[in-house]
Order: sequence, then C-alpha cells, then structure tokens
Amino acid sequence: MASKFLVSNRTGWLMAGPSILLIAGFIVLPFLFAILFSFTNQRLVSPNAAEFVGFANYRQLLDVTTLTVEPERDASGAVVIEDGAPKYPSVRSLTRNNPDRPDLNGMREWFSFGHGDSRTYVLARDVVFMKALVNTFIFVLVVAPVQGGLALGLALLINQRLRGINVFRTIYFMPVVVSIVVVSLLWRFIYDGQSGLLNNLLGALSFGAIPKVDWLGNPSTALGAIIAMSIWQAVGFHMVIWLSGLQTISPTLYEAGAIEGASKWQTFRYITWPGLRNTAVLVLIVITMQAFALFAQIDVMTGGGPLDSTQTIVFQAVERGYGKQDISGGSTISVVLFVIVLSISLIQRWLTREKS
Amino acid sequence: MTKLTLAAALLAATTWGGTALAQQTLTMWYHGAGNDVEQKLIGEVIADFNASQTDWKVELQSFPQAAYNDSVVAGALAGNLPDILDVDGPNMPNWAWAGYMQPLKIDETKIAEFLPGTKGIWNGELYSIGLWDAAVAMVTRQSTLDALGLRTPTLDQPWTKDEFMDALAKAKASGTCEYALDLGMAWTGEWYPYAFSPFLQSFGGDIVDRSTYKTAEGALNGDAAMAFGEWWQSLFTDGYAQATQDPADRDGGFNAGKYCFSWNGNWAALGSLAAFDDVVFLPAPDFGNGPKIGAASWQFGVSAKSQHPEGAAAFIEFALQDKYLAAFSNGIGLIPATPSAAALTENYAPGGKLAVFFDLSSKQGLVRPVTPGYVVQAKVFEKAVADIANGADVAATLDAATDEINADIEKNNGYGH
Repeated sequence: MASKFLVSNRTGWLMAGPSILLIAGFIVLPFLFAILFSFTNQRLVSPNAAEFVGFANYRQLLDVTTLTVEPERDASGAVVIEDGAPKYPSVRSLTRNNPDRPDLNGMREWFSFGHGDSRTYVLARDVVFMKALVNTFIFVLVVAPVQGGLALGLALLINQRLRGINVFRTIYFMPVVVSIVVVSLLWRFIYDGQSGLLNNLLGALSFGAIPKVDWLGNPSTALGAIIAMSIWQAVGFHMVIWLSGLQTISPTLYEAGAIEGASKWQTFRYITWPGLRNTAVLVLIVITMQAFALFAQIDVMTGGGPLDSTQTIVFQAVERGYGKQDISGGSTISVVLFVIVLSISLIQRWLTREKS
Repeated sequence: MTKLTLAAALLAATTWGGTALAQQTLTMWYHGAGNDVEQKLIGEVIADFNASQTDWKVELQSFPQAAYNDSVVAGALAGNLPDILDVDGPNMPNWAWAGYMQPLKIDETKIAEFLPGTKGIWNGELYSIGLWDAAVAMVTRQSTLDALGLRTPTLDQPWTKDEFMDALAKAKASGTCEYALDLGMAWTGEWYPYAFSPFLQSFGGDIVDRSTYKTAEGALNGDAAMAFGEWWQSLFTDGYAQATQDPADRDGGFNAGKYCFSWNGNWAALGSLAAFDDVVFLPAPDFGNGPKIGAASWQFGVSAKSQHPEGAAAFIEFALQDKYLAAFSNGIGLIPATPSAAALTENYAPGGKLAVFFDLSSKQGLVRPVTPGYVVQAKVFEKAVADIANGADVAATLDAATDEINADIEKNNGYGH
C-alpha cells in the first residue's frame, strides 16, 4: 500500500498540483478571507484598521420582521376609507424615530398583505438584498428547467445522421463562444424600447397591433427579458453536454428497441432517458450554479434597475464590495450565497443519488 | 537615404546624451486612453516640460476613463502608485483621506485666478488642481423660446421654478418635440449626482449635511428634499421627460429635434451649435435657494507614495500655463480654468460661442460634497433618483438613502470629519 501511495500518487499529485495551487490561491484563500472579513468592518479604501464586529453584517443583511397595523379610524371609530380601501398609517411613520419600537429604526417595507381589517407589513433591514434573493431564485427556478430542457431538445435534434448537421451544431453553439458582455450589449439594442429589433419585429408581425415595450426599462418585463436572453446564450453549452451523453448510449440498445418495435416515445423513455441519468445530474447542477452567479447581464444591461426588479445576489456583492467600497458587506453576501448554493447542491445530489 | 540615416543616428545620439544626465523619472497616470486628441495634448505638455529643465522627466501611462479609478484603487492596495495622479474632483477627498495623495505644494499666487471648482481642497489643504472645469446648461433654441413665448432667462435673472415648469408645459402642449426635456437619464453613473444633485441643492436640500458631513438626516430627507423628490417624479409622471432613455437619444436627440430642452454639459455644446444656428445655453432654474450647477472636473495631484513631490509639483505648476489650458479647451471643448486662458480660446473668449459656460461655472458652480464619503453617497443618490424617476415612493426612497449614507458614515468613523 505504501508503495502505491508513493509511486502511483506521485504522478497524480504532479498533475493535480498546478490546479490545486491555482484553486487554493485564487478561490480557497480569497474565500477564507471573505469569511473572515464578513465578521469585521473591513473597507476597500480606508485608513482605519478593520475591527471585529461579530454578526453585525449578517444581522444588517438578513434581519426581517413583521408589523401588523390596524387601519386608521375617524372620531366615530369607523375605518377611514381612501380610494376604496382602508387607509393605513404609513410604514415610515411607524419605523422612523418611533420611541415605542427602536428596533424597527432603519427597516423598510418589503411587501405587505391584508387580512380582515388589519394589514401585515413584512419589514426588512435590507430590502434591496431581499429583492436580490427573490430575483435570483426566480432566475434559477426558470432557467434551470427551461435551459436544460431546451438544450436536451436541441441535442436530440442535432444527434442525427443528416447531411450538414455540423452547420446546425455550430449555429446552436455559437452564442456560447461570444463573451457574455458582448451578448449583453447586443441584446440591449434588441430590447431597446424605441427602435429595438424585438419591438420592430413584433410590430411588423402584428401589423403594429403590439405596442412598443421598453423591455429593460419596465420593472415587469426587465427580469423576464434577461432570463430569455440568458437561456438563449448558454443553451448551446448544455446542448453539447447532452450530446456527449447521448453518444455514450450504445447503438445496440436502439437496434434492439427497433427490432422490438418500440415507438419513438418508448425509445426515449426507456433507452435514451435512463442512459442520460448522470448527464442530467451534471447539467442540472451546473446550470443551477451558473444561474446563481448571474452578474454580467445585470451589470451591462440594467444595473439592477428599474426599481430593483433585476437586482441579484452577485450583483449586490460586487456593487457593495467594490462600488461602495464596503468589502465586509460584499463578503457577507458572498458567504450567504455560498451557503445557499452549497445547500442546494447537496439537496440535488441527495435527490439524484443512485438508489441501489 | 544615407543622409537621413545619419541624421537619425545623430538625433538618437543627442537624445541619448540628453537623457543620460541625472534626470529623475516621474511617472504619471492619466484617464484619457482612447481619446487621441486628449493624448496628444497631454503628450505635448509632458514633452515641453521634459525639454524645459534637466531635473525631471515625466513618463505618462494612460488608462481608459472607465477603468481609471479602479486602477488607482488597485494600484494603491498593491502599494504601486505613480508620482503624479489624475483625479476626478469629487473623488479627491476619498483618496486624500485614504492616504493615496499628499498635499500639493505649489505657488498659491499661480492659482489665484482659477475657477473655484478647479481647486481640490480637503481639510484646509490644496491636494489637486484642475486645468479645466465643466458646466451644465439648459440647452435650447432661440426659435423655440420665441415660438413658446418664453422669457430668455439670464444669469442674473434665471427662470424660477414656476417659469421653468411653465416652459415645459408649453413645450409639451406645442407638440413641436417628442419630449419637452432631455435630462440625460441614459448617462448612468456620476452624471446623476453631478447633473441632478444641483436641483436638490437649489431646492434647499443636499446629499449630505455640509455643516458637519456626519449625517444626511434632514438634508436628503428633509422637507426641501421631499419637495425636490416630488418635483423630480412629476417630470416623468407628467410626461415631460423619459425615465429610461435610449443612449442614442441622449447623444443625438436634441440635435435631431426630438427634445425642446436639453440639460447638457459644455462638452456637447459644439455639436449642438453645429446642428442649429440659434442654440442658446440657459442658466439653471432657481428652485428657491439660488440656481446651482455642478463644478469640478478632472484634476492633477501628487500621490502619497511619491519620493519626489517637488518634481511632481513642478510639473503640475508647469502644466497650469494659460497656453495649455487654452489648448485643452480648444481640443476637447472644456472650460479653461482662468479668464486669461479663456481669452486665448476661440469659444470661451468674451463674446465667444461658449463664453456663457465660463460665467455659469464661476457664478452657479457648486462642488459636490467635499467628503471622503462622497464616493458612496454618489452611488446612493444615483439609485434614489433613478428609483424615484421610475415611480418609487419619494419619502420612503429618500429615507432609505439617508439611512444608507448614515450607516456608511458610521462604518467609517465619520470619515475623519
């Protein structure tokens, strides 16, 4: 055993060495620093030495509470109705400099819901981060299945012996080769609210019936626009992974299936899909992790706006750590993101484990 | 051919001989990479300086403007800054406070005539000095003013808020332009605090309380600021301006007749003059506390790490000559820092086409808050203004911005104020 460890592993360590060094130097070490910084008030530019602040950064980031308020009543005790709905005191009057609730100072309304006469406000200390969390999860939940499914469809399409199939493979893969920053810049023109390609196209197809939409400038369409463009950009990459998976499936299985008289669906259901099991796990985990890292599109196309509709976790981490020179705040967000991605990956691995 | 080679060899030999003397090399970082005219101008100043004496030799390293500030911060963290730094005026206090820069020791009498916005003063000391300033004006056409029956505002008698809103209402009603006002919403980043915080200041608010620089409470969320916010939002809800603007419309919209009024800087003025022959540059409206526009542009200073601050100061002093100020102005349309330099320029000389900008800069210019925290405050202000334009609740947005600025000041132990 000893000789095996020394001899066989020497080559192994030599091969792994460079990547271990690079990963340690550029990923592990900075990440350990991030964990350390998240417990201090470290700044990017400052003559002040960093101080240990405990969990203050995490509290600032994640503090959420609820506040239930009763509608305003007039002198006779009847509920004041304004614009057809009961009037509630403004959140601002309850949170700012409220001597009864000093703990609410600095908190803002995230969202609210009504039940009966009263209304419950969910307050967050960092509303922008909460919105970034929600947006990122929406992005992941839409992109992971849609992109994975589309990529599989494309892979099945191009996994055929047809004349000139390589042309199609190239076309579908092309967006992956182009830098995401360039793609984002191009799509900004496509989504332009005035004379963008998409608006012109929709206008022409509908003979002008579809009004022009400012895709990136409208809070209700901005995130959707970025999701669509992101799916298009990276679908080719996952198509190639699916394709490699498809080509590992033995042709004899398909032959056997054909002899047995299996329909197309049966072939897919009982030969292709089981053969793609491991590929599916890989694609799902890779898409999920990539989707959580959404940054370049946001930075180039919207900057998180309008009205925080496209804020994301990584964008916030960069914006704070670098833009606002708050390394400790950015580090805290990075650590939170790490915990989220790690937990989800572990859950995915557990759900897709080999059941023997 | 041989003669030419010989001459070249001789020239090379003499230049070699020249540099072989005990010249101390000074490095300089500049933000103008990619702008050929600017590169040529700064190159000429450096060449003249190097030829003028034998003690110092300045070497230039240029960065694209978009990457310049990041490069300086990264260079400082790595302990690798040049001798002479180029710094955007409002950023200077941050860099001075952080220990990137040292006070600039130059002859005070040389800058006595300089526009106030070009002097970078922090903690009572001069850290940087600019060769030029920038100013913003309400650009329109005389024919538009006449057609709408509007009074032409002057520096002494700018439009009041009511007159300005009346002008926008008339412009919108006339239908001559697609939008009454082009604010430049497409130019995100520093344009927002530079161009829009003067409106807030004219209302009587500010990004931060300038008496202490320790809080934004009352300044950014007081009654004046709320009034500013409501007015700002009304520009978009009433359809006078676009909350999201196509970048191409910002660059060419006014010149194409899409907007009746454009809130734009002197650097765009030559283009407008070329498009229309009756362009007029109007002063900022007075919203109650005097008309205000932003001041301070790029400036030169000495890095803290420099071993030769006297050499760096000598170069900066050399660069402050009127002829260079005028050359930069003629080359890239900036406002020369002194009246005597302005007189040497084509456009800013008294009676020149852009002379009004010189007066705007000296009469209405207000520097952005002089505090190391400005870098963060500018970002917070930008987001608040953009959110309000997009329909966010004014009071809640300004309160949140105030809280964020105050938390940042606290996190930095008051930024040394």
